[in-house]
Amino acid sequence: MIDVAAYVGSYPFRHLPHPDPDVLVRVLERERLAGAWVGYLPSVWQRDPAPGNTALFAALEPYPTLRPAPIVRPDWPQWERTLEEALDRGAAAIRAYPMHWGMGPYDPSMRELALACGAVGVPLLLTTRFEDLRQRSPLDVASDLTAAHVRALARADASVRLVVTGAGREMLEETHWGLTPAEQGRVHWDFAWIWGPPEDHLAHLFRTVGAERFVYGTHWPLRLTQNPRANLDLLPAELRDASITDASTLAFRR
Amino acid sequence: MSDDAPLGGSGPLIDAHAHFYHAGAGRSDWARVNEARLRAGDRMGVTYHVASVLGSYGHASPTYFPSPDDVSRGNDAMAAIAVAEPRRVRWYVTVNPNHAEHALAEIRRGVERNAIGVKLLASRRADDPLLDPVCSLAGDLGLPVLHHIWQHRTRDWPNQEISDGRDLSRLADRHPRVSFILAHLGGGGDWAHTLPAVRDTPNVYPDLSGSGVDRGMLDAALDALGAQRLLWACDLTMETGLAKLRALEVVGLSDDDMAGMRWRNAARLFPAGAFPRCDA
Repeated sequence: MIDVAAYVGSYPFRHLPHPDPDVLVRVLERERLAGAWVGYLPSVWQRDPAPGNTALFAALEPYPTLRPAPIVRPDWPQWERTLEEALDRGAAAIRAYPMHWGMGPYDPSMRELALACGAVGVPLLLTTRFEDLRQRSPLDVASDLTAAHVRALARADASVRLVVTGAGREMLEETHWGLTPAEQGRVHWDFAWIWGPPEDHLAHLFRTVGAERFVYGTHWPLRLTQNPRANLDLLPAELRDASITDASTLAFRR
Repeated sequence: MSDDAPLGGSGPLIDAHAHFYHAGAGRSDWARVNEARLRAGDRMGVTYHVASVLGSYGHASPTYFPSPDDVSRGNDAMAAIAVAEPRRVRWYVTVNPNHAEHALAEIRRGVERNAIGVKLLASRRADDPLLDPVCSLAGDLGLPVLHHIWQHRTRDWPNQEISDGRDLSRLADRHPRVSFILAHLGGGGDWAHTLPAVRDTPNVYPDLSGSGVDRGMLDAALDALGAQRLLWACDLTMETGLAKLRALEVVGLSDDDMAGMRWRNAARLFPAGAFPRCDA
């Protein structure tokens, strides 16, 4: 199993202890995870993602289990070349942050990016949030990713593969049940922000949308890596053997 | 580890911040949720859930501003759960200090039915003088006070009159013989603000509950306050409680510090004999 939601680098709004790739490798081993799709955290709040992508590739180069997931910003000049270069350098997935770029659900450039990723068989990775709304810095004004964004991209083409991290039950259900079965199959979700017992939202979603729609995401170095495993361990007995999807099977590079 | 071994490790474990629901809580699945808490608690190895009922949870009056009738009905329901689950459940009597006489009477009524603590919501700012008679009575009866807290109050939020660590510290300074449990350090807002806000108020004990599992929070709390002032708890999300237990296990704490957060600190704050399965 791999982690689809890991980062290296600092966070602008609070101190993170040692957010470095060598530490991530040790944490993944401790959590018995085979690897991770890794983003570069500072890039999310930078206008031009290119320097951050460069730093990401350099930082991960010595660590084969850490697969780069760089940013491609589709309203930036020559983004197609950026995508091509990212793939050439081994990107496992492409990250995009439409909320931070002021893009609405039907932004044509995001649709183009989703289609381009689909055409080459690489998942597009979307992040719902980094922190709880209640603790967010007043300078951190980007809203949470909306279900409308995800629905629009999932409907763009049969080739599109989306991985959405950090969603809660409501956002996931609003998306999932607003898609056709074929479109639902294009979206995978991590469950880092989905509540376990006693509300048992994760158990409910396993029963309704299916465990296979879920992948494993820790949100390291922002959140405790122990949380997703704890959520799985506390599932009701009849769901404990349910199989989530290993995200390493989602990339189908052409 | 065998399938039957507690996921939260061996040894006593007290969840110092839990909630149960009841038929008047406005949700049809209330019994399922209560059962799920006990099921998950057993799987984790929770020895005692110290729980409260928050009135009607917004069904008949607001969760954080419960009417006196809802407060009493909720406490009745909570007392009944504790009677039905004597091995696993202890309880806080919930009060709304805006209704001062009712609040005091409710605390006395609760203690007669074996309540071991007082639960204050967000019905009034923590440093408001209206809380003083409640805290004085808690002190007379030897009860700790669990106070709902917003970590760093920068503005008002709807449906509650929030307090933060500074507000609670002012109250705690006025009542040095009372132990105040600061609710859910991981429950929203900026926990980094809370730690210095309560550092010099030794009768404030943050609980670690809440859906937030920020990396660095546990280390910072241990650095600022030490393990003897922290209480492990879950509140509404038990998976985050289990994650925090597992994270604490890899921090490299002493057995005494772990036992303190798992149960000993709670056993010290609550009335003697409240947790016989831990004392054994």
